Amino acid sequence: MDDLGFIVASYAVTLVAVGLFAWSVVRRSRRLAEQVPPEDRPWT
Amino acid sequence: MTASTATRGRPDRVTGTPFTRALGIATLVGIVWLTWFGLFVTPADVNQGESVRIMYAHVPGAWLAYLAFIVTAVSSAAYLWRRTRSLTWDRIAGASAEIGVLFMGISLVTGSLWGRLTWGTFWTWDARLTTTAFLFVTYVGYLAVRNLGGTHHQRARRSAVLALLAVLEIPLVHFSVELWNSLHQEASVAGNTDVTMDGLMLFTLFLGVIVFTLMYVWLLLHRQRALALQDLVDDTGLDLAIAARRAEVG
Repeated sequence: MDDLGFIVASYAVTLVAVGLFAWSVVRRSRRLAEQVPPEDRPWT
Repeated sequence: MTASTATRGRPDRVTGTPFTRALGIATLVGIVWLTWFGLFVTPADVNQGESVRIMYAHVPGAWLAYLAFIVTAVSSAAYLWRRTRSLTWDRIAGASAEIGVLFMGISLVTGSLWGRLTWGTFWTWDARLTTTAFLFVTYVGYLAVRNLGGTHHQRARRSAVLALLAVLEIPLVHFSVELWNSLHQEASVAGNTDVTMDGLMLFTLFLGVIVFTLMYVWLLLHRQRALALQDLVDDTGLDLAIAARRAEVG
């Protein structure tokens, strides 16, 4: 792998890791929200 | 209308608000801008060549991890202080620690890739690298302690004490390059009064810090709301179990 490969890999790792974390948070929230009435969510 | 249909009808209302949606859009725009500038617009470094482009992901990642762990410590202190004791502080601490571990991991991986290009090795037991790895493992341990069980307040108390101890490692990591002989370069900007970096490179580095901070705030708001939902579900489950047990006995 040349310099370009390492550079692209570092950006890919960053974006994929953050994207997967954000996706898992949203997915988990939607699953949990099905068990909680909207009035119990003070931010809505 | 049941909670379930409300959620399905408006999925964006689960942990989102108009503010978080605007923040999310600003973050996405910032990510595209940072990637464009980092990969294509900024010049190569005189000494490091093209590999300096990794800096725009590596340095903001490390900064964000520090910020997240400091927020964890401040929130933990707010929980332990009787006047401000609230499980919201505990959830902010937990959410921030998770995000900090994520960004510390990103910083370690991108640093390892950068190290391979500049030092010729992915890893060496250098002072900065070793203390950073130790900090990462400490907060992985903190997250494990949060999941040990018990009531919400038991969880909050024990993890708050641990967070206040763990944050003491941050100065050790930050000043490790000055305290010991280190392969890792000293701070290029923070604490340096003689910044010689190219203007566009400096701008892109600051852009990275701002974009990563926006990303952090978005993730923190959503994650701590998800933790609030989890606590509510746990409480409901406990109430139902107690009611079922009482019905059995009665």
